[in-house]
Amino acid sequence: MKTETAKQGRETMTKKSTGKNLDLSKEFHQHYAPSLESREIVKIAERYELFIGGRWVKPQTKEYFPTLNPATGEVLSQLARAGAADVDLAVKTARQAYTKVWSKTSGRDRSRYLFRIARLIQERSRELAVLETIDNGKPIKETRDVDLPLVAAHFFYNAGWADKLEYAFPGKKVAPLGVAAQVIPWNFPLLMAAWKIAPALATGNTVVLKAAETTSLTALALAEICAQAGLPDGVVNIITGAGETGAALVNHPDVNKVAFTGSTEVGKIIARAIAPTKKRLTLELGGKSAHMIFADAAIDQAVEGIINGIYFNQGHVCCAGSRLLVEESVADEVVRKLKKRMESIRVGNPLDKNTDIGAINSQGELEKIKKLVAIGKQEEGEFFEPASGTLPSKGYFHKPCFFNRVASSSTLNRVEIFGPVLTITTFRTPEEAISKANDTPYGLAAGIWSEKGSKIHQVASALKAGVVWANTYNKFDPTSPFGGYNESGFGREGGRHGLFPYLEVK
Amino acid sequence: MRDFINIKMPNGSEKPLPLVSVDKVGVTERANFFTTRSIKKDSKLWALYTAISMVDLTTLEGADTDDRVRQMCAKAIHPVSPYLFQEMCRQSGAAVEPIPSVAAVCVYPNRVKTAVAALKGTGIQVASVATGFPAGQVALDIKLQDVKQAVEAGASEIDMVIDRGAFHSGRYQDVFDEIVAIKTACGDAHLKVILETGELGSLEKVRFASDLAIQAGADFIKTSTGKIPSAASLPVTLVMLQAISDHYQATGRKVGMKPAGGIRTAKQAIHYLCMVSEVLGAEWMNPQMFRFGASVLLNDLLRQVYKQITGRYYYTKAFSLD
Repeated sequence: MKTETAKQGRETMTKKSTGKNLDLSKEFHQHYAPSLESREIVKIAERYELFIGGRWVKPQTKEYFPTLNPATGEVLSQLARAGAADVDLAVKTARQAYTKVWSKTSGRDRSRYLFRIARLIQERSRELAVLETIDNGKPIKETRDVDLPLVAAHFFYNAGWADKLEYAFPGKKVAPLGVAAQVIPWNFPLLMAAWKIAPALATGNTVVLKAAETTSLTALALAEICAQAGLPDGVVNIITGAGETGAALVNHPDVNKVAFTGSTEVGKIIARAIAPTKKRLTLELGGKSAHMIFADAAIDQAVEGIINGIYFNQGHVCCAGSRLLVEESVADEVVRKLKKRMESIRVGNPLDKNTDIGAINSQGELEKIKKLVAIGKQEEGEFFEPASGTLPSKGYFHKPCFFNRVASSSTLNRVEIFGPVLTITTFRTPEEAISKANDTPYGLAAGIWSEKGSKIHQVASALKAGVVWANTYNKFDPTSPFGGYNESGFGREGGRHGLFPYLEVK
Repeated sequence: MRDFINIKMPNGSEKPLPLVSVDKVGVTERANFFTTRSIKKDSKLWALYTAISMVDLTTLEGADTDDRVRQMCAKAIHPVSPYLFQEMCRQSGAAVEPIPSVAAVCVYPNRVKTAVAALKGTGIQVASVATGFPAGQVALDIKLQDVKQAVEAGASEIDMVIDRGAFHSGRYQDVFDEIVAIKTACGDAHLKVILETGELGSLEKVRFASDLAIQAGADFIKTSTGKIPSAASLPVTLVMLQAISDHYQATGRKVGMKPAGGIRTAKQAIHYLCMVSEVLGAEWMNPQMFRFGASVLLNDLLRQVYKQITGRYYYTKAFSLD
């Protein structure tokens, strides 16, 4: 038996490792062996119908459209395209369920249904996380650790309110509105469904929800869960389709309330359409949120905050910290550290547990991001993307990147990119930071990094943004209201404030 | 604006050391991120082998004897019997390399001679704690004597403790000067500076103590003595790695890192390796730059290696205690 000395041992280790093919001339973390979450837990049907009145109903349009896995391009299933007649049926069904059943159901019983749904979501959370990842392209790490826990939390939280509404608005009487028409986006498909459905049901309304065209599968799974929970038929109706379906829904004369989350462009169309009606409206739209780093911040943690602010969910986040404002004296340090940090971001198969950034949701979105990056490269600004890592050959992927030294007037600092693209601009004083942060048509969120508490309060109170995070970013909680200023929309979701848009307060 | 503390360097010049802000919530969040890394298959086997080669096998008991140290040295050379390991590989048809030796053994100064003799020709380093370990509450000349004795006995690495009393009193220059003096006394031996982070009270102080030690010439910075309950943790290690990273960026000098105490499982060790790789990079992924101060860890690493090779868990008795 040959005696292996430590030195020899160490040399062998660093040179050829265990004899298997692990190339250590590169970084260990670029070589994490694939750790794939199994897809077996998920059963996807070949075709999905519309969920109306507690049953699966074939669309009267007789039309179906494919839904894809954006990470591979494979067709996952065929979804029904709801036309005007289908929308009409769904709204009528919701109206009937409201009049005959749900408006007569006590708060305590509504609460029980919501608790049941929340628990079922928890029980099926792994399945739902995998399904969401396959359908949306976001990494399993996020669906597992962020989306699904929050989905359940929203049902739990609102379940708690259902029998305590009198206390939410002391001294007032409250009543539900009736039928709520809800249209949700593709970036957090199941979470947005939860944000919409949970408060609507807690406050005693019935729902017709249209899922996003490219990401309907988890909403349809939620329909299944509603049935599993024994929710009375017709209280929640879930339909699928594209923009016209959504338009037919919000324009249906018999809905009392419209809740929309999506682009500012569509939000404006809806606002115009709703204006002459008695429908109540909340809009949660786009953003171009400022993320401010002051010189007295904890820089290493701020860099993490920047990463989380813009590259979380591929940057498909309405409140993404997409405009980085850095105090000039630390700008070089922040940019240098940011670059180094970005080299260790792993882009790839969303089902791999070690993937940090997954697939862009659709080809259309990818093209839009690429077009804006090309415009950015033509305008001033220094472009950076990490050298490490190769993008998968199939599917829709985009490297995380940023433009440094971008003027406030540049295209990329004005428009919402909705992708993993950051702009960096410097400021000199808190006043300048505030003025730059507010220099946008949007006003959804903002982030402040400083170790000085008084500065945080002073700056936060001057910002025109619905959410302000201090020394963190992209933290969500069902107890906290969320919503925007100006072109980011109006109305709040979450917290006690989130109940109000679904209630008549007398 | 940032705050600085002026430190008088050995060459007489004054150097302003920044008091770097650290956000505990952010550090903890980032550190926990590494616990969600899922290391499998070849990557796992490589990580386990690498971790074994990074272990500083330690015995620091009042009851240590020469024989106890000799037994530990044998385990350091062959963490598992090469014959038995080869048999296991043969039976399971796996072609893997022999289990490496650990990086070093760590003993009290009085036991250094024994360890040096037992490890002669193996390349395994002999580290000695010194400077009135673990409290460090003795006069500087005694600390220096402690170091000299260990070095003369053949220790190639010295693990010193900083003067936490001076640090808490704000006498940073004293802490700095002491490290400089001990570094000189070390001669060719490598100096690991133990910050005893569990006694420092905040991550900002951990960061400042790291910066002080690095500026004073530490070859390694190390979290803990292992003699108090609060030992190495991922957040504390992350803050120290960031200090190392900043120093490397500024000067090009690479300082090593040794978390010690509290790392008992292979899974924990792999979280540390992911963190070192993602924060500092490949140049730190070797025993020259990164060590684990741990003893219990070794057998769990072996157990996981066997699991990777055979697909099943061996009972713990398959591996000798020491």
